[in-house]
Amino acid sequence: MIYKTEIRGPLINGDKSLAQISRDIIAPIDAKTPVWWFAAMAVSLGMLGFGLYCIYLTLAYGIGGWGLNNTIGWGWAIVNFVWWIGIGHAGTAFSIFLLILRQQWRTAINRAAEAMTVVAVMCAGLFPLLHMGRPWLFFYIFPYPNTRGPLWVNFNSPLFWDFVAITAYILISASFWYFGMVPDFATIRDTAKSKIKKAIYGFFAFGWTGSSKEWLRYEGLSFVLGGIAAVLVVSVHSIVSTDFAVSVIPGWHTTIFPPYFVIGAIFSGFAMVLTLVTVMRGLYRMHDYVTDSHIDAVCRVLIFISLIMGTAYMTEIFMAWYSGSIYEFSIIFNSRMFGDFAFQFWAMFIANAVVPQLFWFKAVRKRIWIVFIISIIINIGMWFERFNIVITSLSRDYLPANWADYSPSWIEVGIFIGTLGLFISGVLLFFRFIPMIAISEVKSVAKFNKPRVSASNSSHHE
Amino acid sequence: MEKYWRSLEERDNPKEFKKTELLAELEHKKAVHTQENGTSRRDFLKAFGFTVAGSALVASCKKPVEKAIPFLIKPEEVTPGKANYYATTYYDQGEYCSVLVKVRDGRPIKIEGNDLSPISRKGTSARVQASLLNLYDDARFKSPLKNGEPVSWKVADEAVVASLNKLGSEGKMVLLITPAIISPTSRSVISSFLTAYPNITWQVYEPMPASGILKANEASFGRAVIPDYHFDKAEVIVSFAADFLGTWLSPVEYTSKYAAGRDLRNGRRMSRHYQFEAALSVTGSNADIRIPCKPSEETAILADLLQELKKLSGSPGTVSKLTSHDLTAVASDLWNKRGKGLVISGSNAPENQTIVNAINQLLENIGSTITFDRSLLALQGTAEDSAAWIAGLTKGQVAGIILMDVNPVYDHPEGGSIGEAISKLELSVSFADRNDETTSLCQWTCPGTHYLESWGDAEPKTGSYSLTQPVIQKLFDSRQAEESLLRWTGNEISFYDYLRQHWQTEIYPRQNEYINFTDFWNNTLQKGILELPVTGPSLNYSDQGLAEALEKATPSSDGWELVLYESIALKSGKYANNPWLQELPDPIAKISWDNFASVPVKWAEEQKIANEGVIAINGIELPVFVQPGQAENTIAVALGYGRTIAGKTGNGIGKNMFRLVNQRNHGREYFVQGLTVEVTGKKYPLALSQTHHSMEGRPIVRESTFDEWSRNPASGNEIREEHLKHYTTLYDKPEFPGHHWGLAVDLNSCTGCGNCTIACQVENNIPVIGKEQVRARRIMHWIRIDRYFSGAPENPKVSFQPVMCQHCDNAPCENVCPVAATPHSSEGLNQMAYNRCVGTRYCLNNCPYRVRRFNWLQFHGNDKFDYASNSDLGRMVLNPDVTVRSRGVVEKCTFCIQRIQEKKHLAKVEQRSISDGEIEPACVQSCPSGAFVFGDMNNHDSRVFRLIGKSSDPGIPGDPRNYHLLEELHTLPSVGYLTKIRNTNA
Repeated sequence: MIYKTEIRGPLINGDKSLAQISRDIIAPIDAKTPVWWFAAMAVSLGMLGFGLYCIYLTLAYGIGGWGLNNTIGWGWAIVNFVWWIGIGHAGTAFSIFLLILRQQWRTAINRAAEAMTVVAVMCAGLFPLLHMGRPWLFFYIFPYPNTRGPLWVNFNSPLFWDFVAITAYILISASFWYFGMVPDFATIRDTAKSKIKKAIYGFFAFGWTGSSKEWLRYEGLSFVLGGIAAVLVVSVHSIVSTDFAVSVIPGWHTTIFPPYFVIGAIFSGFAMVLTLVTVMRGLYRMHDYVTDSHIDAVCRVLIFISLIMGTAYMTEIFMAWYSGSIYEFSIIFNSRMFGDFAFQFWAMFIANAVVPQLFWFKAVRKRIWIVFIISIIINIGMWFERFNIVITSLSRDYLPANWADYSPSWIEVGIFIGTLGLFISGVLLFFRFIPMIAISEVKSVAKFNKPRVSASNSSHHE
Repeated sequence: MEKYWRSLEERDNPKEFKKTELLAELEHKKAVHTQENGTSRRDFLKAFGFTVAGSALVASCKKPVEKAIPFLIKPEEVTPGKANYYATTYYDQGEYCSVLVKVRDGRPIKIEGNDLSPISRKGTSARVQASLLNLYDDARFKSPLKNGEPVSWKVADEAVVASLNKLGSEGKMVLLITPAIISPTSRSVISSFLTAYPNITWQVYEPMPASGILKANEASFGRAVIPDYHFDKAEVIVSFAADFLGTWLSPVEYTSKYAAGRDLRNGRRMSRHYQFEAALSVTGSNADIRIPCKPSEETAILADLLQELKKLSGSPGTVSKLTSHDLTAVASDLWNKRGKGLVISGSNAPENQTIVNAINQLLENIGSTITFDRSLLALQGTAEDSAAWIAGLTKGQVAGIILMDVNPVYDHPEGGSIGEAISKLELSVSFADRNDETTSLCQWTCPGTHYLESWGDAEPKTGSYSLTQPVIQKLFDSRQAEESLLRWTGNEISFYDYLRQHWQTEIYPRQNEYINFTDFWNNTLQKGILELPVTGPSLNYSDQGLAEALEKATPSSDGWELVLYESIALKSGKYANNPWLQELPDPIAKISWDNFASVPVKWAEEQKIANEGVIAINGIELPVFVQPGQAENTIAVALGYGRTIAGKTGNGIGKNMFRLVNQRNHGREYFVQGLTVEVTGKKYPLALSQTHHSMEGRPIVRESTFDEWSRNPASGNEIREEHLKHYTTLYDKPEFPGHHWGLAVDLNSCTGCGNCTIACQVENNIPVIGKEQVRARRIMHWIRIDRYFSGAPENPKVSFQPVMCQHCDNAPCENVCPVAATPHSSEGLNQMAYNRCVGTRYCLNNCPYRVRRFNWLQFHGNDKFDYASNSDLGRMVLNPDVTVRSRGVVEKCTFCIQRIQEKKHLAKVEQRSISDGEIEPACVQSCPSGAFVFGDMNNHDSRVFRLIGKSSDPGIPGDPRNYHLLEELHTLPSVGYLTKIRNTNA
């Protein structure tokens, strides 16, 4: 499956030399920081600050400040946790799966996707810690030898699996991302004029010289990390899904959850990649590297995943009817589809299973602003999916005497805003200080650009 | 350039000098350094010593030293860490209960039912349970007061006596107002006081009198007595708005007897219970057939019933039917069970009670289910008598007043003018132990004691005596009211001696069991009760007043009628400052921390008003609760709320409805006609702890009818067979080689009264969280009573289901905890290790019964939750055997593991096995209807085994009525429920 430029268009527009590629991509790092960057950073730091204040309130006074109750023990915190983890999926999934499938077009996007992963998983990781009743005792969850006799963690608990899976995932994704950047850091070190910059990037470049031996090791490491990460991509969200699937609660106790969650995560992650990449391309004029065909390719993938999502939803509905369980039936039909939570359910269904089907039309795919809006809609739809799963099942479970409603308090909303601030500021730092496109990898695909047949196939615009 | 030199050596050989100079300097520095080091170790030790001493000093200054001083001489009976139980008597707000008080290290910490009492029969009510907290209330008076300023008892005594003498010499009238006094010794004290001050008139005042019964019985039987009702012997019970399972006359006694007459665990007999009422009461919700009617219709319905019965007796009159209610079924049931029926009315209208007497006489119930030999001696004051002295008071014919345990300014419809009159009096004295609306207007406050600090006796029913003994030293400078009266009479004897003397002269001679008084006294004190034989007065029925009563029977009028009732938690409001009772959800509406207007469903739909909407009733704005079963054109509101001077917890909770009480013919009737009702469009938040009222067709509370049950004891429970068929597992069956604790809950006995909830709260240190948190659905009660409605909203069937931790042997909560904070015990208990809990709340989510409670905030010792557990005094009520939970941990019912362990240890020390029924969790111990049975399912002779079998083994299913809640989930709960049986006539 070698990429065929004749059929799918060039991966890089413009007849660029390798040096030109380096110059183009490093340009934003060397340039003066634009004003909008400071403005955006100020706003996102403001959001983060507000989030930190809400976190302070939660830690100081307790979870009582949230809108939870004795029926609904998990609320926005868990919804947002699953949502962020889902987004955090995309980067690694993007790199690994497309690597395995030898989709070279990934090279322009994978760096941004991986950066997004690391920041999103950091955002996600905050929530399980904060939603604990006694977060200062979080270390009880570590299986460490202790002086309490035979007291050990409960290896049967999905929350423990969850902890292990997420910790492993963030370590591997961060390493994968970082080691991928080493050659690019070396490029910056070699081109930078300021001594400080040289020193800093030189430190992070690990003394990279670009020898053949180094490249060999580099490829080997990528391969190993990629291999591990590929497994983790599947395992982390499957395990997050067991937080729900292992329970007895109707609407949670479902065997479809692991694949459903992984697909959902990749879906939301791809949508977030699309959001991010369209923004990045617009702001930094990277049209030559992130071409329309890149966007087109992501859109096509989204159509496919959206169909799987639709199938998953229909399967859930079918099983609720087919299982004959009155509790399951009541949750799906009487609460989610036609009950108190109908808005959230149909918002999810339309945003995830219906709206992305617009990508069948080329007219939609090539209008970047529509693509951008749809990517945002998918992000919102996936948030509603998590809301549906977490909240509706808890609020309408077995004994109707316990049925209760839930709405988040401003503190919970504040913490979510805080993580959005953290995410945006993280991404802004990435734009500013790290080559947003993997220079070395893009260079490796630059050869596809070279016209093979004649000059008539060569680029149309400079 | 000139060369400068410092020494000759330098001048002669500068190079060499530089070398040696450096060396020399180094040497010198070394020397200095070692020298310095030598001293610096000492310096360091000096500094270290100083710092340690200083920090120790500073640290020890910060905290006051709390000394735990051991007993030098062990007091008799007291073993630290071991509880003693003392029998005593609760009597307040007209309610009597014989109780055992658990005292741990000198502090009473729990009230239990006294199983020796033939009246309360080991049962208590929520109010009795909660009365313990009143002892540890910061609102109590700390010393005598004169116009709010502390004075000494000497000053108070001298001033009051001088004032009484002055008023006596001037011949001015002084009133002594008390509730009905059932203590013979207190009556004796009062009569000696009255002899000493002849100008004092004694009047009995009750906020909720039983005047109707007293007046009607005076007419019908020649004596104003409240008879003894035998609900256990009755086979047909017809109650007209008498909430005898909740608040009427002697609810604990009646609940126990009512349950006995319907207990299908031991017999095959079940009474049939009809209830006519407007507002859905606890009693009405337990009735087999409930007929909603307006309170004004009651006389007419009674007249119709009498007519119907006369027809059956063969002597029909010519009176035409007054109401549209079909009474043929009631009448034929009553007629067929002549002599085994019981007709009662909660009305205060003498005409209603007169017709009730005529009906019972006609049915030959007098003498069988209604007897007079042991008549009830509580609630003896009539509204009419009170009206007379109140008129005198407000007209200024009275110069002084002495108030004992009454609060007419709050709970009388003319409270305002009573208050004005009292504040103008020359002498006003109150014996209240804490401030209230009336006491605050009195010149002198001579604070009485809490009953747990007092001596006393009681005769709740003729010939049934019980003793009250103090279980703790007086906490404050208070003095029992009787003692004050004795002082003012000039008698220096202590009330304890007076009591003993009284018993020696009056009661001891009437028994022949004991041959010396000390034995008699000690034994009676230990048992708490004494039953003496009585010879009943032979009362003859006469139909005096019946004709007039029947004339008053008129068909119902149009327009709104307001029903005022006593709430289960607060009754007439005396305990308004008790946070446990304020937070106890109303059994029917499941609302705490407020009174509210129950409105009919149909009207609410027409007006498009929902719960929490506000209506104005005669200008009083009240939040609405749309109450299924509320009779049309009626609204019901609870009394006992709207206290203004009760204490920081009770002030300003709800609205005071006593002002609306109807004073027709100088009586007091608790319904009002001719109301104006307006929808205001405002909203008022209500703390509902259950918002969904339907079971959604799920087999949660399973029920059947008596006829069905007689044919097939598993009727209504057929689905269980289906569930047991599907019982399958890959895993080994759980084994419990030692004990396997189980709890049976008989849904047919449970009346939903809420006693268990409070008993559990006291026993297990459960925090009070306040209205906001209850409204946020975070109530902490470990045992809650789910209430479901079924059938037509106009007159629904009601089902109660107490739900506590089910102690599942395959518990969903246990395997999801990441830190293993909730493991399973070898005796089948689901345990909570609070110290290990980090609060992920997965267990709470994964419990299909939702019985786990999370400490959302710091509820103990937090100024934001300023209830009992935020004061040193209030914390004295805490049970030292149970951990006080902090913020961020999950808690739940433990089957009172501290009680299980205590009895296990006891049995081990005594080298015997535990006998069945020996261990009783708090909810089980004091349940007035005996709905709970706790025991060891491994003991095949135990009651619990007979009822629920072995919960982890489908081969031993127990009673055919037994089922486990949500057992289709294969949680293997250790709690079994027995189906509810309704004795309907359809």
